[in-house]
Amino acid sequence: MAAPDLKSRLAILADAAKYDASCASSGSNKRDSRSGGIGSTEGMGICHSYAPDGRCISLLKILLTNHCVYDCLYCVNRVSSDTPRARFTPEEVVDLTLGFYRRNYIEGLFLSSGVVKSPDHTMEQIIRVARLLRETHGFRGYIHLKTIPDADPALVQEAGLWADRLSVNVELPVEKSLAEYAPQKNAGTIRRAMGGLRLRIEEAREEKKRTRRAPQFAPAGQSTQMIVGADAASDLDILRASSTLYGSYDLKRVYYSAFSPIPGAGAKLPPVKPPLMREHRLYQADWLYRFYGFSVEDIAQGAQAGSGMLPLDMDPKLAWALANRALFPLDVNSATREQLLRVPGLGVKSVNEILRLRRLQGLRIADVTRLARSRESFKPFIVTNDWRPGATLDSAALPRKLASAPQQLSLF
Amino acid sequence: MRTIALAGPVDLEGWRAAARGLLAQGVPPDEAHWRVGGEPDLFAGAMEPAAPPPSPQAPAFSVPRAFMDMAALVACHADEGRFALLYRLLWRLRGDRDLLGRSTDDDVFRANAMAKTIRRERHKMEAFVRFREIADAEGALYVAWFEPEHHIVELTAPFFVRRFASMRWSILTPRVSAYWNMQDLRFGPGARQSDAPGEDRLEAHWLTYYASIFNPARLKIGAMKSEMPMRYWKNLPESALIAPLVREASRRAADMIAAQPTPEPRRAQIILDRMKKAAAQPVAAKPAAGHNALAGVREEAAGCRRCPLWANATQTVFGAGPTHADIMFVGEQPGDQEDLSGEPFVGPAGRLLDQALAEAGIDRARAYVTNAVKHFKHEPRGKRRLHKSPNAGEIQACRWWIEQELPLVQPKLVVALGATALYSLTGLRSGLLKMRGTMAASELAGEVFVTVHPSSILRAGEGRADAYADFVRDLRKAKAALARA
Repeated sequence: MAAPDLKSRLAILADAAKYDASCASSGSNKRDSRSGGIGSTEGMGICHSYAPDGRCISLLKILLTNHCVYDCLYCVNRVSSDTPRARFTPEEVVDLTLGFYRRNYIEGLFLSSGVVKSPDHTMEQIIRVARLLRETHGFRGYIHLKTIPDADPALVQEAGLWADRLSVNVELPVEKSLAEYAPQKNAGTIRRAMGGLRLRIEEAREEKKRTRRAPQFAPAGQSTQMIVGADAASDLDILRASSTLYGSYDLKRVYYSAFSPIPGAGAKLPPVKPPLMREHRLYQADWLYRFYGFSVEDIAQGAQAGSGMLPLDMDPKLAWALANRALFPLDVNSATREQLLRVPGLGVKSVNEILRLRRLQGLRIADVTRLARSRESFKPFIVTNDWRPGATLDSAALPRKLASAPQQLSLF
Repeated sequence: MRTIALAGPVDLEGWRAAARGLLAQGVPPDEAHWRVGGEPDLFAGAMEPAAPPPSPQAPAFSVPRAFMDMAALVACHADEGRFALLYRLLWRLRGDRDLLGRSTDDDVFRANAMAKTIRRERHKMEAFVRFREIADAEGALYVAWFEPEHHIVELTAPFFVRRFASMRWSILTPRVSAYWNMQDLRFGPGARQSDAPGEDRLEAHWLTYYASIFNPARLKIGAMKSEMPMRYWKNLPESALIAPLVREASRRAADMIAAQPTPEPRRAQIILDRMKKAAAQPVAAKPAAGHNALAGVREEAAGCRRCPLWANATQTVFGAGPTHADIMFVGEQPGDQEDLSGEPFVGPAGRLLDQALAEAGIDRARAYVTNAVKHFKHEPRGKRRLHKSPNAGEIQACRWWIEQELPLVQPKLVVALGATALYSLTGLRSGLLKMRGTMAASELAGEVFVTVHPSSILRAGEGRADAYADFVRDLRKAKAALARA
């Protein structure tokens, strides 16, 4: 049978890759092509386009093949799905990546693959693409490789020599769900793979400090993804899992991917629209414990008692603050940085600017409004030289006043 | 009113020289009128003739570095008032050196906002320039047509040099065009869209990719538009797909949700059966005694769920060392590094133990090292995880594995390192410091030699040297006890 043309295979293998949320191209070392080769990375990622799903298109995100011997229920590429199948040769992926890159469509390549023949064979094919790009073509753009947890650790070691970022997906937040939905995957194997990556990434970073010539290993670190809404895990289950993952494996990012209906789904999956607002709240909570000094148990104070779910009609910081009104109002002219970070409506940048400005002058409410650049949800929680919230902070109507109307994110 | 004519829209050097002169002559901001060649002039005709630019020899006036960095960006803004704003800031800076820190001041706020707009516009140009490939006598040439809202071509072109140093390219825009011949970056006059190629051989593939990577079940048009404002769409080939993709999205999503589960393809069952058979293959005969028996226990322990600690750990960290070692060290629990690597005593405490053993004359390679608790207990704290001591229930649950290890290794001497090991091996919950350096009775091992855990030395602060010396002294006693055993 003749292989379908490149364009129709591209359609299949991009479609098959779109459930991976990550498209980041940031955080790698600085390099460019003035000394040869092609491409550059300058630290900050670049989103070259946006699809109508609001997602950034930064990398050519494709599978090498969507043939797969695994039978993960949530996955469109599982062996028992009747989705059309295709494969690329490593050389085809290399040509497509370079062609797209030269036209400035992309920052680089995010390559993943269904597992064919064996995990080792699959990993070898993925590595071959990256090595061709780096060695044969001097490609200095961004490469993100998905690593197969069951593959020989020596192959994962090699992948890290060519890739900026590596990732292993934990897929589901709790082990029980993984066993149920992805019977051939093993949570322990996945965690060991991430643990091994962290050790190797840190080792390479140390070597690099000693000698600049030391080979690099995944300089943009590792990330992972979990699916939200396919199983019964609550938001707090998910956040406890992800905070453990961040702490254990020094992950750059945990991506939360709202489970999205797939063509030809199995009967066990919820036939619903993806819970986009829930996904959004999880990202906000993730930010709170990575940049705002919150612990998951702090965030839990704003969750609905019993269900372990974050409220959908307000952000998790506001929910926490409403549950802890006794800590407010705070005087922005004297509160500590840690305290200010807990004020709803004040972001990290605004807090830094408040601290900088108050060394020069006293702050009025108009100053805070200018620096916060947000809806004025901070007003009931702060005091300035010319502003006191009065009784609003204690008002029973406050949550209703500050909550946003349930948003239908998909409206035009 | 003084009128200063600048050579072009991004003539920061001209502005700088003129501003220096105006300051020297004490011309206040509202008496300076800035004109830019090529831009419409609101006051044209009503003005006195343009004054010659003030002498560039005027005395230098030092400004914060941050001001010039900001000015370089603000100068690229399309706002006609940008040079007047910069001069006003400069004027005010003389009286208030902290001015730039007053971020809510009207002038500072406006200048910061303009600088931010330029940074964003530069970033969007890096993102949204689309090259089309053509060929001439010298080979491939990549040409783009782009319409920036601000004067950012000169600012942004070096990015394309760094990225595409090995390609010949041109970026054409209405005001100015940038050319790179693989050696020099040159700027020339503006161009028209018709000067750029109208098609490219890979564009259809790019459109296929764009359409396929879109997930119709998660339409978020607002998010797309805020990051990719519609004014850029006219020069993005993929934007032609947006309307049809949006139009069909809800139908496609509804179809997927409504669709019945489809039957499995025939080959699925064949592949799944083959995998099951492979998984069921006997790995190796169950080992009977000695070395193999220990390996068997290790394998069993890998799946241990006797207490809840497995759930947040990477893996079981079992004992390691020669099967019939003379001496066995029992620590508390694996730490961060041990949890990741699966090997006991490889982190900081392990390295300290190695060093102390060498000083005490105990051969580390001939010792068996293990822990009272075999999973790492910790809690996440920001981007790290903090060690937490195991509780009595967890220690008791894990004693099962020590009970398996002891009779298989049959060491002549067991050394309890720290309170957790002491509790696990003897049931004693206190008295570690009184007992250190001596033997204590153990139900499991008859007798164990007691000392501290090496991590206590790492935490000893100023007393660290003494704590280390005490630890080595204990280990020498242990060596003597081993000789007697």
